[in-house]
Amino acid sequence: MNSRVVILLALIWFPLTAYVMFRSALGALANYLLLPAIPSVIVLYVLALRSWRESWVAIVGVSLVSFWLLMAVAAPYLPLVDPNKPLVPFLAPGGVRHGILFLLGSDMRGRDVLSRTVWGCQRVLVWGITATSVAYAVGAGCGLIAGYLGGWWDEFVSFASNVLLSFPVMVLFILVLNLLGQSGFNIIIAVTCSSAPVIMRIVRGLALDAKSRDYIQAAQTRGEHPLWIMLVELLPNVRGPIIVDASLRLGYTTVAITTLTFLGLGLQPPDPDWGLMIKEAATAALLWKYSYMMIVPALSVSSLILGFNLIADGLREMSLRD
Amino acid sequence: MSAQTNAAARATPILECRNLSIAYAGRTGDVPAVIDFNLALMPGEAHGLVGESGCGKSTIALAIMQYLGRAGRVVGGRILFRGRDLLAMKGEELRSIRGGAIAMVYQEPMASLNPSMTIGAQLIEVPMYHESMERRAAAARAQMMLDRVRMADGERIMRSYPHQISGGQQQRVVIAMALLSNPALLLLDEPTTALDVTVEAGIVDLIRNISTEFGTSMLYISHNLGLVRETCDRVTVMYSGEAVEVGSVASVFRGMRHPYTRGLFASMPVPSADKNSRPLVSIPGQPPPPRARPPGCFFGPRCASFVAGRCDARPVPLSSIDASQGHASRCLRVDEIAWDAAPAPGPGNITATVGDIVLKVQDLSKRFRHVTANDGLTFDARRGETVAIVGESGCGKSTFARILMGLIQANSGSIDLAGLELSKLPVTRRNANTIRSLQMIFQNPFDTLNPSHTVGSQIARVIRKLGVLRDESGVRERVLDLLDLVKLPRDFAERRPRQLSGGQKQRVGVARAFAGNPSVVVADEPLSALDMSVQAAVTELLIDIQRREGTTLLFISHDLSVVRYLSDRIVVMYLGQIMEQGRTHEVFTPPYHPYTEALLSAVPIADQRYAKRKVLLTGEIPSAANPPAGCPFSTRCPYRIVGTCDRRPPPVQEFSASHRIACHLPREELLAMQPVFEEVTQ
Repeated sequence: MNSRVVILLALIWFPLTAYVMFRSALGALANYLLLPAIPSVIVLYVLALRSWRESWVAIVGVSLVSFWLLMAVAAPYLPLVDPNKPLVPFLAPGGVRHGILFLLGSDMRGRDVLSRTVWGCQRVLVWGITATSVAYAVGAGCGLIAGYLGGWWDEFVSFASNVLLSFPVMVLFILVLNLLGQSGFNIIIAVTCSSAPVIMRIVRGLALDAKSRDYIQAAQTRGEHPLWIMLVELLPNVRGPIIVDASLRLGYTTVAITTLTFLGLGLQPPDPDWGLMIKEAATAALLWKYSYMMIVPALSVSSLILGFNLIADGLREMSLRD
Repeated sequence: MSAQTNAAARATPILECRNLSIAYAGRTGDVPAVIDFNLALMPGEAHGLVGESGCGKSTIALAIMQYLGRAGRVVGGRILFRGRDLLAMKGEELRSIRGGAIAMVYQEPMASLNPSMTIGAQLIEVPMYHESMERRAAAARAQMMLDRVRMADGERIMRSYPHQISGGQQQRVVIAMALLSNPALLLLDEPTTALDVTVEAGIVDLIRNISTEFGTSMLYISHNLGLVRETCDRVTVMYSGEAVEVGSVASVFRGMRHPYTRGLFASMPVPSADKNSRPLVSIPGQPPPPRARPPGCFFGPRCASFVAGRCDARPVPLSSIDASQGHASRCLRVDEIAWDAAPAPGPGNITATVGDIVLKVQDLSKRFRHVTANDGLTFDARRGETVAIVGESGCGKSTFARILMGLIQANSGSIDLAGLELSKLPVTRRNANTIRSLQMIFQNPFDTLNPSHTVGSQIARVIRKLGVLRDESGVRERVLDLLDLVKLPRDFAERRPRQLSGGQKQRVGVARAFAGNPSVVVADEPLSALDMSVQAAVTELLIDIQRREGTTLLFISHDLSVVRYLSDRIVVMYLGQIMEQGRTHEVFTPPYHPYTEALLSAVPIADQRYAKRKVLLTGEIPSAANPPAGCPFSTRCPYRIVGTCDRRPPPVQEFSASHRIACHLPREELLAMQPVFEEVTQ
């Protein structure tokens, strides 16, 4: 990953996170915050197309993810009605009322489904990626410690992760969110508790393998600090499998977050998010006529997760080829 | 002459390759791996295929077995087995030949055996499948075959699982399995590379007798010219996908007629010469990548006899030199080069001045629970001196290196480096000065550099960490100086390790070790993973730097010919104990310790001017967890005195101020030993 990609990602990521998490605190600035992110997404997409052209799987994946990323950063500037404003209930897709075209129809409270889907994408992406990143920071850190330092550290970290892994994922989520309260930040904690142990195991295994290499011994014999060895000598060499796993895990986390909101445990209404939309539409969708209310957000979740998984497949395919 | 021609016409070759060309599919089109290869293997003949890594020798074996995989394919020529085209065979026909009429033995015996089946079950399968033999008869055949590959305890081996027997025994089982189907042709791909030298000697002895005992033809693939000399009748030297020289072993090895073959010989140490009497001459440069072979002669860019306009004009054909020996060479200037001229002398032969003692090891012992890895090591090393620590796997030489470097701590004894006691001082508690003065060169060039960082940044880190220099421009200058020192181009500083060849990586490893002007450098088998022509260059480099810097070199190795070449003194270890130590010439001439004698005899020698006495050891190296009582070598020693050697530890006998042997044999008997190597006057 070169510095250009890192800068582009930062240009997209920080404004988007700030926009979703702290919009009220930002005031008027919020209106301009996401503007530079729009070209960044496009440039990033072009770069990905160019460097991954050998793998059509990765191309399809990155196209899906980039589409949703573009929707997320462009949402404030698109000609969409307010996603939380009740207008006309139960309008079929394509219907026009009060001079407004409801391309994907409206839900039972009269809110525009298209607008809610686009805005909902923002929340799902931001919380999903943030939670996965935090889980990775914790999991990879623990994995390096357990794998490299070994001994008592390994015992302790492995035991703790085994305890966490012994809970069914949903039970763990419900437990954490009930104990700490329901909020986006607690979702991050819940996702970290369930994902970090798995990441820990992967990184620990990779670190155990890399630890016996001569270059690690060379670092030891010149008296390097263990922290230096873990972060500078080990971490860069375990990144390949980690990146593949990370894109898979982004998919899992997206599922988890939408499931949580579906269960009424996660992000709170009225702001739209796909899990919430599916939940709210659940009763109305019993009638085939109104099933679009559920099908639209459900397809959106699936396409995003498919995108992440295809990127993972493509990366694995490309890494095996070299 | 005519009689020979008639004889050749009568016999049909078992295997014939005619103008064989093989290519691998790459992303940007086919990459030729083998070009225009010809071979005729007669019944009962053993043919050696020698070359460095990437020269296409294994590809030929895979093509014969039709195992090339999806990427590789034969793009031209034919492979005839008993006159029938192997490439045209399909399905059942091919299956009956594979593992039946043609059998193959690979480098890693453990990978050829099924870990979840007993040896017996795996052996019995072969005659049951290929000859539809009954189980009981097949078991009897298997048992008999184990006897014939000289495995004494066949019945027990049959009941064992592969992990329960040693590497040497595993390889014997694999060979037995290959011979069980009475193959007409046996392919051996580096069958002894993964084994210890004394174990290798036993397997080589077995292989040598296969053709006479079983009438099997053999294709023996190896990178080691010495092993080919000991096992084969004819040899093909490969370079970059082409056969550059073919002929009988005697005629090729005695009168090589290709600059590459001659270069290989000049880059190999001979058992009687040291660094001062016959310096190694390495082949400059490295083999061309298969995508970018030069026009004309592929060896041209590295050849001292290269003539522009002639050698690079068109592909060079194999031309016959001596038809009676089948000797041919792919060199245009065969008749012009003075082949018998002595190789150009190497750089100045200054004997290093050996100074005061810098490193003193006294009674050093290290135990891991029940395993005694080092037991009472006592020796010293002087300034500017090269001390070799020689032994096979499990002898404790790497444990000693780890203690010295402070990665583990000794249980008792002392290591004195310039007045500082190191045996129990971990590296984390040593000061920068001590760390700087004691550095290490590692074994595996593919592992020695961190693949994620540039070469320059890795050397710079050492300079900064050891506090040699602090300011950035100074560090940068020093990095470039070090690259100069190891004779690498300066722009390598910006490269990543994957862009370097094995030899170049090892040079960077050397540069890194010498970055802090160390007084002692430990080199742990630094050459064993390198190709022959590269080994010579790295060896010369080490000697050169050592002379210039006056560094003490502790050279850990199992290869006695290299050790003979570059060390001043030798310490021979076996199962954690020192068996013999002395000046190099003292160790290489009688009196020997019986183990040293066996080690010396196990060295494969390619040079036809030397003959050696065979000393074959029986049995395997005992486990360090359960060492024999008394002398550790007593279980395998041909001179064992029953009741003494297996009871009491051997006394140390002094033969000179520097030469000590730990052995129970009477002094007179040790003194009466015959030399292992003899120079043959031609």
